[in-house]
Amino acid sequence: MKRLPSYAALLAYIVFLAFPLVWLLSTALKTPQEMAQLDPTWIPREPTLANFSDAFGEQDLTGAALRSLVVAIFSSFITVLISLPAAYAMARYRSLVNRVAIGWVLVSQVFPFILIIIPLFMVLRELELVNTLPGLVVVHVTFTLPFALWMLQGYVRAVPPELEEAASVDGAGRLRALVSVVAPLLAPGVVATLLFSFISSWNEFLFALVILQDPDVMTLPLTLVRFTGPEGVARLGPLAAASLMATIPSLIFFAIIQRRLRSGLMAGAVKG
Amino acid sequence: MTATATRPSPPKPRTRRGGGGSRRNREMWVLMLPALVPVLLFSVGPLLYGVGLAFTDARATRNRDVSFTGLENVYELFGDADFWSSFKIGLIWSVSVTVLQFLAALGLALLLNQNLRFRGVARVLAVVPWAMPPVVIGLMWKLVYHPDAGILNSMLGTDVNWLADFSLALPAIIVVGVWTGMPQTTVVLLAGLQSVPKELYEAVEVDGAGRWRRFWNITLPQLRPVIVAITSLDFVWNINQFGLVYVLTAGGPGGQTRLPMLFAYEEAFRYRFFGYASMLGVAFAIVVLAVLGLYLWRQMKEAK
Repeated sequence: MKRLPSYAALLAYIVFLAFPLVWLLSTALKTPQEMAQLDPTWIPREPTLANFSDAFGEQDLTGAALRSLVVAIFSSFITVLISLPAAYAMARYRSLVNRVAIGWVLVSQVFPFILIIIPLFMVLRELELVNTLPGLVVVHVTFTLPFALWMLQGYVRAVPPELEEAASVDGAGRLRALVSVVAPLLAPGVVATLLFSFISSWNEFLFALVILQDPDVMTLPLTLVRFTGPEGVARLGPLAAASLMATIPSLIFFAIIQRRLRSGLMAGAVKG
Repeated sequence: MTATATRPSPPKPRTRRGGGGSRRNREMWVLMLPALVPVLLFSVGPLLYGVGLAFTDARATRNRDVSFTGLENVYELFGDADFWSSFKIGLIWSVSVTVLQFLAALGLALLLNQNLRFRGVARVLAVVPWAMPPVVIGLMWKLVYHPDAGILNSMLGTDVNWLADFSLALPAIIVVGVWTGMPQTTVVLLAGLQSVPKELYEAVEVDGAGRWRRFWNITLPQLRPVIVAITSLDFVWNINQFGLVYVLTAGGPGGQTRLPMLFAYEEAFRYRFFGYASMLGVAFAIVVLAVLGLYLWRQMKEAK
């Protein structure tokens, strides 16, 4: 068969991409007794869901997940709320600001974080926002904003200005034209941006690491990293279970935007 | 820019909605303001302040006199063996991850662009690493590499502590880096492949060109702009990498995987040298700007 080499290569890729995921799942389904045994196997001997409920039972993890949820909800809504008017302005009034904003999107993606994080930490310290969730929300909003703005202005641009003008001519005020004509057309874009901002915040580790040093206020990524304590392997099962659960929001997001990803529209969109 | 300047301007399109340019301008600023304020206050401002800090002896301690020390941090940086070692590790890491990531992604994109069965499975799998929180990726690979409970030792029949071994830790995290970054590069390359005009292939098919000839003479040259763009970006992202490696090794063993940003983080938040760490940031900003400058310069040259 002519295509055999292609299939062999494809299989190799599938194995490479899948095996750590399968191992994570396998670890999440193992009992503590099995974890302690030598020569771990792919298939758990007695698969159990106990690790998932154990992870929920951990005070630290549940609290951290709730804090992450609060931070992500506030960050995403505030981000969309303040970037919506700006995105509208960027799309409708072409100007220098536009180019500067796009430039800033690029710069914010590639700059060494340390240059910003030190002075940012000092500013937040002056504002008494270190070790607080509002402090983290402020930072997440600031750093999701450029990309959210860029995403949203693309959606605004896709709404023809003529539609808006036609509504105005029909006697609707400018504001009513915006609310009744533009807003419904923008809704999918707003939802996508909202989801993107939510995921960015939910997954974010670095700023949280610097800003939240007190274990009582830590978000989920930080708590997961601190999770494996001196007890060692016995806690790996619940850790794997919690890690899987922490991935669910992102998986939902990517399932929704899959189609756009394929067409390459989102290429380079989400920083790895 | 020049094109718009030479084109005869249509009669006053700016005042179409009435009200004149200044009103439109004011409107634009009002709409931009809510977004502008946080960006200026919490990222542009701090960025400039950070550049300033690089030339001082600032420490993390509050209410301490900070004095301007000129280029002292630069001298210290150049004389710091730990900095050079992390710089070297950063280069090895960034170059290997970028190159391997690119080669792996190109292969996968070429496969996905063919009409193969199970292509869908690979497509979905190729997006998963992208969708995972970096911290979870780090923890997952820690489970794979775990000396007792990990699958790797059990599969290979070895007894190695991968992430704690002086010579194996760096290659081990490079594999994780490739796994993590490959999807994004694949998606970009796949989009590039799909935009290669079909007629080009049809033209050489008449000449009876083989697969390799087609790849070398058409696919690769057509993809070049995309390749240059994504590898430059990948390099920059990789050299700035922090979270993934922080979770995997925290820079250990003995600094063998201490990437530049891990080094900077330690200097700032462990040893509390804010000024010195900022200078490190400035140094890497220059590296990043050089890479991107080179990329933009090439683009401009090609555009001519």
